Amino acid sequence: MSAIAAAAELDCKGLNCPLPILKTKKAIDALQSGEVLKMTATDPGSVNDMASWANRTGNEVVEHTEDGGAHTFFIRKK
Amino acid sequence: MAETKKLAIIASQGTLDWAYPPFILASTAAAMDMEAVVFFTFYGLPLLKKEIDAKVAPHTNPAMPMKMPFGSKDFQSINWPVPNIISGNIPGFDSMATSLMKETFKKKGVATVEQLREMCQEAGVRFIACQMTMEVFGFSKDEFIDGVEYGGAATFLEYAADADISLFI
Repeated sequence: MSAIAAAAELDCKGLNCPLPILKTKKAIDALQSGEVLKMTATDPGSVNDMASWANRTGNEVVEHTEDGGAHTFFIRKK
Repeated sequence: MAETKKLAIIASQGTLDWAYPPFILASTAAAMDMEAVVFFTFYGLPLLKKEIDAKVAPHTNPAMPMKMPFGSKDFQSINWPVPNIISGNIPGFDSMATSLMKETFKKKGVATVEQLREMCQEAGVRFIACQMTMEVFGFSKDEFIDGVEYGGAATFLEYAADADISLFI
């Protein structure tokens, strides 16, 4: 369990590119600045894609963990 | 952040496989806070129809893997050797290949072209239909989805002149 408190959670398991990114963007838009979104995905490509998306948009991936092919991202809205 | 980046895409192909890249890239660009415009011309124009009826034609894509979306993992990994004389001549082969591709995409959690197109529009991606192609192929505006702009080469180029990324697909 992570110590980071998430204001919202998004399940992208089973989804493939570009859906995890598109859904993450929507979910982040619904948050306030500084709030954290917890997103889980099974798409292995989402690891690099989340990093690139965060780089461009200025949102921050504060934590990324992997457990048996499931990736969990904590993303703080800028 | 730096100023807003701009993506300009020309979508010129209308088969199911080629329908994906413009919508994937445009929707993702919008999700990355970029501006995006897709100009639909020639065979890409039907991608703006209310009902997208795009198919794949395996005999024109010799490198396209012919795999099954069901069965065991080993079975799914078999690349079926289908000679062009069969894929190009058997009636209904393209429809079959199209359903197999759609089924595979669905199982792999890939969005449909319609979903991606909708997400593009929600995110503010601009779609421009090539007016000349409409005249040539006999399309009318009422066949297309709402929210489409109409224009020609100059309309696209005016935007593309300031674009950071320009792609011809």
